[in-house]
This record gives sequence, structure tokens and C-alpha cells, in this order.
Amino acid sequence: MKFETPATTNPIDRLKVIGQPIHRIDGELKTTGRAMYAYEWHDPNTPYAYGYPVGAAIAKGRINAMDVTAAKSAPGVLAVVTTLDVGKRKKGKFNTANLFGGDEVQHYHQAIAVVVAETFEEARAAAALVKADYAEERGTFDLSAERRAAKKPDESQEPDTAVGDFEAAFRSASVTLDQSYTTPDQSHAMMEPHASIAAWNGDEVTVWTSSQMIDWWRSDLATTLGVDKGKIHLMSPFIGGGFGGKLFLRADAVLAAFGAKAANRPVKVALPRPFVINNTTHRPATIQRIRIGAERNGKITAIAHESWSGDLPGGGLETAVNQTRLLYAGANRMTAMRLVTLDLPEGNAMRAPGEAPGLMALEIAIDEMAERVGMDPIEFRIVNDTQVDPEKPERPFSHRDLIGCLKLGADRFGWSNRPKVGSRREGDWLIGMGVAAAFRNNLVLPSGARVKLDRQGVVTVETDMTDIGTGSYTIIAQTAAEMMGVGIDKVAVQLGDSRFPVSAGSGGQFGANSSTSGVYAACIKLRDAIAQKLGFNSGDAVFENGIVRSGNRSVPLAEAAGPGGLVGEDTMEWGDLAKTHQQSTFGAHFVEVGVDVATGETRIRRMLTVCAAGRILNPITARSQVIGAMTMGAGGALSEELAVDTRRGFFVNHDLAGYEVPVHADIPHQEVVFMAETDPMSSPMKAKGVGELGLCGVAAAITNAIYNATGVRVRHYPITLDKLIGGLPDVA
Amino acid sequence: MRAFTYERASSVEAAAKAAASNPEAKFIAGGTNLLDLMKLEIETPTHLIDVNGLGLDKIEATPEGGLRIGALVRNTDLAAHETVRRDYGLLSRALVAGASGQLRNRATTAGNLLQRTRCPYFYDPNQPCNKRQPGSGCSAIGGFSRQHAVVGVSDACIATHPSDMAIAMRALDATVETVKADGSRRAIPIADFHRLPGDTPHIETVLERGEFITAVLLPSPVGGKHIYRKVRDRASYAFALVSIGAIIHPDGTGRVAVGGIAHKPWRVEAAEAELPKGARAAARGILADARPTEQNRFKVDLVERALGAVLSEARG
Repeated sequence: MKFETPATTNPIDRLKVIGQPIHRIDGELKTTGRAMYAYEWHDPNTPYAYGYPVGAAIAKGRINAMDVTAAKSAPGVLAVVTTLDVGKRKKGKFNTANLFGGDEVQHYHQAIAVVVAETFEEARAAAALVKADYAEERGTFDLSAERRAAKKPDESQEPDTAVGDFEAAFRSASVTLDQSYTTPDQSHAMMEPHASIAAWNGDEVTVWTSSQMIDWWRSDLATTLGVDKGKIHLMSPFIGGGFGGKLFLRADAVLAAFGAKAANRPVKVALPRPFVINNTTHRPATIQRIRIGAERNGKITAIAHESWSGDLPGGGLETAVNQTRLLYAGANRMTAMRLVTLDLPEGNAMRAPGEAPGLMALEIAIDEMAERVGMDPIEFRIVNDTQVDPEKPERPFSHRDLIGCLKLGADRFGWSNRPKVGSRREGDWLIGMGVAAAFRNNLVLPSGARVKLDRQGVVTVETDMTDIGTGSYTIIAQTAAEMMGVGIDKVAVQLGDSRFPVSAGSGGQFGANSSTSGVYAACIKLRDAIAQKLGFNSGDAVFENGIVRSGNRSVPLAEAAGPGGLVGEDTMEWGDLAKTHQQSTFGAHFVEVGVDVATGETRIRRMLTVCAAGRILNPITARSQVIGAMTMGAGGALSEELAVDTRRGFFVNHDLAGYEVPVHADIPHQEVVFMAETDPMSSPMKAKGVGELGLCGVAAAITNAIYNATGVRVRHYPITLDKLIGGLPDVA
Repeated sequence: MRAFTYERASSVEAAAKAAASNPEAKFIAGGTNLLDLMKLEIETPTHLIDVNGLGLDKIEATPEGGLRIGALVRNTDLAAHETVRRDYGLLSRALVAGASGQLRNRATTAGNLLQRTRCPYFYDPNQPCNKRQPGSGCSAIGGFSRQHAVVGVSDACIATHPSDMAIAMRALDATVETVKADGSRRAIPIADFHRLPGDTPHIETVLERGEFITAVLLPSPVGGKHIYRKVRDRASYAFALVSIGAIIHPDGTGRVAVGGIAHKPWRVEAAEAELPKGARAAARGILADARPTEQNRFKVDLVERALGAVLSEARG
């Protein structure tokens, strides 16, 4: 099915199951420990062996030689496979750095060996005995120092846009702002580290892994191993968080496959926590410059956003200016992104790539600008709202209700009680309130599914879609139940298996809308098959309460299925509605903070996020996504930073003691409100993404609240106390 | 982790003797730090002597009016003990400011004193570290040093001691009671127990090989307001950037030990005379000869500001 014209009324609009607050259908499996994550797969009859990775001890150079003699003779060792043994491999399409193979070291903790042993402990102990002799080369690791050497990337990365004459308009503007902001490297820091089990059967290999994108991994694993894609069977039914860190094939799957081949045994490999940070990918740091010019009435006349980020040779941009191309009006505008070559671990997508760090800067700048023109920051945003793509005004937004989010949020949060800067104090706490807009584009990808109806009237959905904690199982079951007119208890969902139709996968907040649309398409096929079998006109067949009805005939689905059952399979493809209409999601964040007047410690007191993201398929799982994103934003605002050692070229704080994500005590009462809306341009589900929206802008709202509390404006994340205490009142 | 042998000690004396006879042996109590270090092969004992079963888990009143805290008393139990909460509130508050509930259930009194630094370079065997590999150099100097020490540092090491509990013990003038391999006992004032790094940062305490901590003694209560103020980036489960352990009397006199700024719990008794004059004067004495890095210079201000907040709370 191809979605080419805006959705009209369809069976989803019945909202008997879709849109209902249904608890996760896999919740009991998870809370009772029966949901099997990659490393936990265990067949008692299978003689698993255990692989432990060895990472490069340098950031850049070559390996002259490796000595594995001691490791090979250590107790329990079955095999040692080194990067020199396997030699240089073809690289997967989605990888920038090599995962394994060859003598080149491109970054710290790049995998250089896997040691396979009878037990995990034996493998780990032997891995410490692997010796490598390096020819270390000089690398570049400091974004700020290398900024002048930044280059414009190729046009495929869309580095530049310009409309009107920004420079002239900025020069002549009545009120201007010209500021720089920085965001640090960040880690996905998901709960479940990357892990895989590989088992060969002849020239075929089955890999249980933790992957957001089954088909991408399968293709890239085939390329890296040099085997036919058809010989690889990938399974990833449960994933303990990904945040973009599991979008692309990682070393655990490659090492498990090589290790299993060498040991001739199924092999389990999990990346140790420091490898999650220095062996895999991260969100790259940015330096951003924002210039805004406005008239006295608050209308923006000129806006420019430039960003610098770094990556390994062949890598890409952190697209931090993207939202600025779309979020606010202004006739004269320019954006530009430049790329620095850095020999740090690979930079790549992390939850809301582009918008997350971009809004961390832009939404401080907007707060600063509102103050300069003497307007409330909400009013300033409303004045500069746009209902069309400001770079291409012929493209309207499919649906945009940023103003509604801001107004409703202001009302719910008590924004009118916002104190004057630095004026409200409760005991030792300076209290402030902040606001920021949330914005994230709505993406759709092709997504396939197969839906079966059996003689018991049970509907089973099969798709390689993944559930990374988001609730995919549940919303897919809701979609099938709504389409087939059955209760959710009559639906079974099977995910994350490469034998199933290829789906959108999970990432870029495209998963929920795309994958349920794929299930919608497959259900239409199944409905047609049922109608055809019964001799019904599929146009007027009604599916409800487990029965299919047409005119005065009605047949229970179980009976319609017959002994052989019926199947519908299809893939949702997308027309050009996303080209003719800008599809985005919007929101508003409101935050109240307390800043300790003596120590500068910031503690969040209240958070509210209002989201306008199309139809909400399930308010429980959607809320869970948004509060998780708000929490991630709190970490980004206040504590998360991968500390770069610019001499040795690695992230120093590579564990969860050093890389501080929020703990429960950091997160106060969180409220989430969804605007009641639908977007018929986006899909037959009329839904949009929401999994990343909640992160976009929240850090700036926190930072703006800190400014409101203290009068100290910090433009360099994270906003730690050392950046505040110099501006706080004397307490000694 | 390297393979190791394991024994359960039958007595305090046997434990000390076994440890003295094997230079590659280590005592294990809660194991909350040692096991992590063994997994990373930063600690590589070939033999572990389990001291959990020696009956050293009691808290008793001493004839002098103080408390004798068994070496194996768990942090949770110590923090919750009625006498500790009533008479040594500083200790209870410092303990619950540290780690997590799960870790405190396991961690012991002696083990807490002996925990090792959380300097990230110490934890990465690929990086030079004089504490891990004497003579290899210090990566933190000139590197990522935001968490590191500002006083008592050397050119060989700027690591901090991470304990919250030890800050309280230092302010309370605790004494560490030990048994040596020859069976003799000694009492080490907490002030002398931990060493500054100097050029031997790998030697962290004055304990001799095999010497075994049996208890920590607290003198009789000194009254005053007991305040533990731990300053950190997140609200829980983080090591202190700076912590202040203070006992302040109504006349403004008192004691202050500071955490997060040195290789040992930091207390400058001479500076305490300045406390009645306020935080600035006292902090000046506490931080005399401070040698911060670019990244941790803020700790100098932060000590003064945190102490100011503590004194204000004491007056409150």
C-alpha cells in the first residue's frame, strides 16, 4: 500500500482499542524476568562458550604485531581471534569506523581481539593477557582547537541554507543577539549493554542480539563477515534501551560470529560498560553560534545558526541547525554546518540527533532575545510562529500547534507566577521558572508486516519491528485489534526476527507511526482475503466484536479463517506528502528549578511537557516515552558530559559512576499533556512520532529556569555548579 | 579477574598471620570495591581471606563513654544505630550520603576506610597511573581532573579519597584498632591512618603487611550540631565534589573535616580556631597551600561557600 493522499475516515478512527490506555502486553514478561534479552538466551542443550573483547589501548595508529600465546594457553580458552587474523574487512554501509579487522586503529577501544573460553571469567582473564605492539600516530581530539580546520561537507549532508539577505537584515535590526553555545559529547548509556550470541550451522549463522534495526544489521553483518545476507538469521525480540546506540551493527555481533566460527561453538559476547562509551557511538559535541535580529515589536527579521561538530574521516555532521530552518519565522535567514576531523570514537545518532543539541542552544538564544526585546518568552515565540516552512513558504506544515502547547502549558504550570530574574528565594534555594519550545521532525520509513488469522479467531502479527522499551508490542497489537475488530486479548505479536517482513525499525521517532501503518496495510490485505473468501464486498464488510458482517450476513472470524487460516501481508510505502507538507511534532516544556544559593547545585522541582504529535496511539506508553525523554534532557542539562582527554584521545569517564545520568532523586514530579489532535497527512494512523519530542528543548527550559532563578546565563552544557557559583550572592 | 584461592579466616589473629605470610593475599569483607578492582585487574590478589565470619559486627559502648564499632559492621547498620544517630549524628549523616542502599548493606566500616580512589585513570589499565603502576606517571595531571584533589597533592598523584564516612570519623577523632601478624595490637589515630600521596601514592595507609583492622573507636560524644553537607552534580549516588563534615557548638567553635579535596580526609585543626570568625577565615586556613588544576579550581570557592552554608545552618 502506498500512502499518497491524506487519510480519510478508516477503521482506526473507531478508537475502540487505539488511543486507549492499555498496559504493555509484554509488561508481565518484563517484570517477571521472562522477557529474554540477547545475552540471556539459553538452551540447556547448547554448549555455549563465552567471548570477551579486547579494545585498542591507543586512539590512532597501527598494530605492528599481537602476541596471543599466553591468552591461548590460559585455562579454559578455546580460541583467540585477532583483528590481524581476520584482516581488513568490507565495512558495513552504516558504520564509519571499522568494527573489527585489519591493522589500523581508528579510535580508542576499537575491537582488536576476542578471546573465547568455556566460562565468562576465563575469557575475561585471558583477554587481559593479549598483547599488542602499536605504532602510535598523532591524532586530533579537540573540537575547539580544530574548529578553524573545519570543512564544509558534501552537499548530500545539506550543510548550508540561505534565504534573503541575513547579514544586511541583522545589521539593520533594532535588537540583536550574537552568542556562542557548546554542547558536549554524550553517551546513550542504555541499561542493557550491546550483546550478541552467534551460532553457526554450516555456512548459516543465527545471531541473537540487541538491535533497533534488524534489516540494517543483517545487511551490514553480511558485508562485514563476507557471507550472503540470506545465510544470516537475526533475532532481537527484547532490547534494554537503545537511544540510537543500537541503530547500526556493532562489534559484539561481529566478534561473536568470528569467535563462534573459530571455537566451533555458539558464543556469547557482551560489551563491557567502558566499551559502550569508547567502542560504540556517541552524540558528538557541538559549538554553535546563533545570531538573531528583531524589530522592537519582537518580530524576527534575521536569524542565523551555525554549528561545528567533529567525526572520524568519512563521518557525518551533528545536524544541530536543522530545527532553526523550520521553527521560527523571519524573512532573512542562514544556516551552516561544518565538520572537523577528530580521531575520537565514532559520532553518530543519539535520540533526536540534530534537534536535541540544536534546541539546547537555540532555545536559550530565544530566551535571551525575548529578554532583549522586553517580551515574555512565550509571547516572543507566539509572535514568531509560522504555519509554513520559512525557507520554502510554498510548503505548509501539515499541522502545527506550537502556540496551543505554549498557551495550555503556561496555564497548567502557572507561568504567570514566574518571578522576576533572581528575585524569588525560599530558604537557601533560589527559585526560577523556564520555558522552551519542543520541535522534532516526523519521519516515516517503509514498513512491512504479515497478519495471520487462525481457526481460533486469533490474529498474529509478524514483523521485524523492534521494541526498544517504547511499547511497540502493545501499539501493534492495538492496531491489529482495531483493524480486525477483535479484543487485544485475541492478538499475538511477534517482533524482531529477520524471517518476518522488513519494518521501519526503531529510531528517529519513526517507529510507532511507520510500523503500525505497515500493520494497517497488512490488515487491509487480510480483511480483503476474508471478504473474498466469504464472497463479501470488502468495501462494505464490517469487522467488529470478532465477527465480519456484510448486509444481513455475519460470520465469526474463526469460522471465516477455516482450518487453513488466512494471511495478509503488505508493506506501507510513502508518497510525497512529506515533500509537499512539512511534517513535524511540537511541544512546550515548563520547568521550575531551585538553585542552592551557596553551592550552586541545581535541583529540578517541577516539569511539564505539552506535546502536539498527532494521534496518540496509547497514552500510557506515549507518556512513558515523554517522561523518559524529559529525564534524559535533565541529564543533558545538568550532568551528562563525556570528558575528552585531548592528549590521549578518549572519553575518560567511561562508566556509569563517571558519566552521570539522572538518578531517581534528581527527577521530581513530571506532568505530560497530549494535545487532542490528528494529522491525516502523516499516515492512515494519523499519528506522528513522540519518542524523541520530549527530549527536544527540555535542557534549554532547565537552563532558562536557572537563569530566571539566579541571573546567571550559562551557555555551555552541562550547567554544573562550577559555572554558577561565581555569579551567586556572597554567603561566607 | 585472575584466578585466586579463598579461605574463611578462623580468628582475627589467623587472618593477620595468613595475610602476612602471603604478599599476594587480600582480606575481603563487603567486597564492594575490591571485586570491581579485581575484575579490571587493578587488584590482582592470588588469595582472598574472608573475614566476614569473625564476629566483628558489633557496636558496643566503651568504658570511656565512647563507642567501639566492629570492623565488619555494615554501613547501613552503623548509620541506623540508635546511639550513633543520637550522639554521633555526623557519622550517620555521612554514611547515608554515600553510595546506595544496596552498597551500604554490604559495605563495612573497615572496608569503607580502605576503599580506593575513583580517579578514572586509576580505573583504566591502558593509562599511566602512579597509584596503579608506580613510576608510570599521572594521567590526571594535565588531563580530566575536575573531581581531583586541591590540597596535599604531589607531582605523582592528585587523586582523592572517596569516602564520606571517613570525613565524619576524622571530625569525630576516631581511632583505628588493629592486630598485626605477630598478634600485637595498636590504635592508630584516624589523622595518621591515611597518607598523602607524596612520591608513593600506591601506599595509601600506614597499615603494615597483614595488619588487620578489628574496630574503629569513637571517643565520648562532644555535643554540638552535627552537619554533613555533601555537594555533588546529581542528587544521589555520586562522589562528593566537596563535602563538609562539621560539629559546631553554640558559641561558634567547632570542628570541620573536608572531603573531595585531598588524598585523605582533610582537617586542619589550626584553622578551626577561625570558625567563630566565619567561613572565609576558616576556609583560608583549611585550603592554605592549595594547588588546584584549571579544572578543579572551583573547589577552592566551593569549600568556602559550602562551609558558609554549614555555619549558617548551625546558627539557624
